[in-house]
Amino acid sequence: MKLLEYQAKEVLASLGIAIPPGMIARSADEAGAAFSKFGPVAVKAQVPVGGRGKAGGIKLAKTADEARRAAEQIIGMDIKGFKVPLVYCEAALDIDREIYLGFTVDRDARANILMLSAKGGMDIEQVAEESPDAIARLYPNPWRGPLDFELAQLVYDADLGDLARPLMVLMKKLYRAIPDSDALTAEINPLVVTKSGDVIAGDAKLEIDDNAAWRHKELEQRYGSVLEGDPYEAEAKKRGLTYVSLDGDIGIVGNGAGLCMSTLDLVQRAGGRAANFCDIGGGAKAEVVENALAVILMNPKVKGVLINVFGGITRGDEVAKGIVTARDNLKMKLPLVVRMSGTREEEGREILRQNGIEPGASAWEAAKKIVEFVSSPLVGRSGPKGRGGAG
Amino acid sequence: MSILLDSSTKVIVQGITGREGGFHTEQMQVLGTKVVGGTSPGKGGTSHLGVPVFNTMADAVEATGANASGIFVPAPFAADAIMEAAAAGITLIVCITEGIPIQDMIRVKDFLRGYPGARLIGANCPGLITPGQAKIGIIPQRITAPGFVGMVSRSGTLTYEVGSALSAAGMGQSTIVGIGGDPVLGMTFSDVVELFEKDPATTHLVLIGEIGGSDEERAAELLARGSRLKAVAFISGRTAPEGKRMGHAGAIISGNRGTAKSKEEAFRKAGVAVAETTDEIVGLLR
Repeated sequence: MKLLEYQAKEVLASLGIAIPPGMIARSADEAGAAFSKFGPVAVKAQVPVGGRGKAGGIKLAKTADEARRAAEQIIGMDIKGFKVPLVYCEAALDIDREIYLGFTVDRDARANILMLSAKGGMDIEQVAEESPDAIARLYPNPWRGPLDFELAQLVYDADLGDLARPLMVLMKKLYRAIPDSDALTAEINPLVVTKSGDVIAGDAKLEIDDNAAWRHKELEQRYGSVLEGDPYEAEAKKRGLTYVSLDGDIGIVGNGAGLCMSTLDLVQRAGGRAANFCDIGGGAKAEVVENALAVILMNPKVKGVLINVFGGITRGDEVAKGIVTARDNLKMKLPLVVRMSGTREEEGREILRQNGIEPGASAWEAAKKIVEFVSSPLVGRSGPKGRGGAG
Repeated sequence: MSILLDSSTKVIVQGITGREGGFHTEQMQVLGTKVVGGTSPGKGGTSHLGVPVFNTMADAVEATGANASGIFVPAPFAADAIMEAAAAGITLIVCITEGIPIQDMIRVKDFLRGYPGARLIGANCPGLITPGQAKIGIIPQRITAPGFVGMVSRSGTLTYEVGSALSAAGMGQSTIVGIGGDPVLGMTFSDVVELFEKDPATTHLVLIGEIGGSDEERAAELLARGSRLKAVAFISGRTAPEGKRMGHAGAIISGNRGTAKSKEEAFRKAGVAVAETTDEIVGLLR
């Protein structure tokens, strides 16, 4: 779960890290009220994705009117596929310096990494590329966390010795987000040093491990519902399925992440575009296939469906029967191409044929077939008549 | 010959009385795997599927002399199960469990540094199989055949699919290792490739990778330094949408590595044939 900035800052504040005064606003009036409370404010779009500044999602307001106008412009704006639900109005800071501070998982090192750099701000990726030495790094022991002398070394390596005390205290506080909240990323960029010498979190990014949601129910309860997100993804989650929305017109059902991804690759290679895909996990049980197909078909952009499953434990004839039943139960009329392999795959294919579903000989053949059906001008939302939704 | 596992490996199933653990233990036994016992706290002293059940791994190892374990316990308890196995002296730990918190796995990886003899496969993986001899995990026996191809993969079902195709084409496998798809896992592509390199029975190699991380790139670098294996690689996810990224921390450490393009280029540079689709793998391996 990726927290929004104001949520991440709430968590940071609870760890004892200084944040600027601010409040959320869901309307122009509320943004106006924020101005009356704090004076000049930064009006910031709340979306769980980077690059909002460049997308026009952050505006400085020097008057109440400007704050109102900024909120009006930003709320409802689309930033990289996310509709902005609300803005965070935050007292503008008197900035002297900007520092980069971030924890994340270094998957190649199989460890957490802490990074600190005197060159904070938007261009930190460029810093990483051009002068990697300007970013000091530490792999803290995951059982006991970073020790004082390790943090001191980091601070001096980053050439921030004049701020050693406040930075060391702050990094220890930020580290708590890892053991306490299962943070995968906890980043403050910029970490602002004000002209009066205070060290304050200018922005905050916090991503919580979904695998650990069971031990952080309070976070899910408090923050899980703010962002509307993709309604299909929400529905799939309810049904215990992995679902991803894309922007094409072919629905894909597969079992296993690797198989799903390789199916997407094949559809694109055949000249098609996937509308979504649903990973039903390792098995291929009938009710799971039906659930997945139901979610896939909710999206009105879907003009045809490709099912690519490997029958692991479930035999091919069972998989085929499940698919036929699912199609009938859902009264599906769209073109459907099925590619299945595994035990009794021949019997499975025969069952599909008998029920008007032409099985793909290979994953590649199946991908070409569904792309052909979907591109055909005859295929509309109701599907080719008399074909029984055959693929 | 094979790597890691053969018919003499003595296996304990951790979580043997659970639904998944029980089902797959039977499948392992059908193939001839020497399952010498299982664990299930509170059920020590009983027996299940014809083997003794122990409360703890230390008890199980002491009584049976087991050297390998397969873990089927639920995610909240899986990290502890891995560490318990290592502390009991198990040298091949195969964790099938899906959904283990990443911070748990980071602590496990650190813990395992104290047990250099212990090898971990997974978590969130299908395990491994030496066709005709033994398996630990959930790879279906029927997609395999004994032979000379070493296979290492991050994906489950894709492995089964490619395994089926290889077996149907008369290209049996020495050992198939599913290392798992989690960001923080045990053995890497390189670790497994090194073992295949030393196994005289393995002459061919199939690597099935996917986007993310740079384990594939590292394996390619290893193969580029000289290999006696005829190798084919396949990477899934070349058209997967870029993750809606937040923050810069991930980008700072990974740079341009991790994309399908980067992985494919690394393999080509190492003289490894790259299959564009899984259908091409058999042809390229001939």
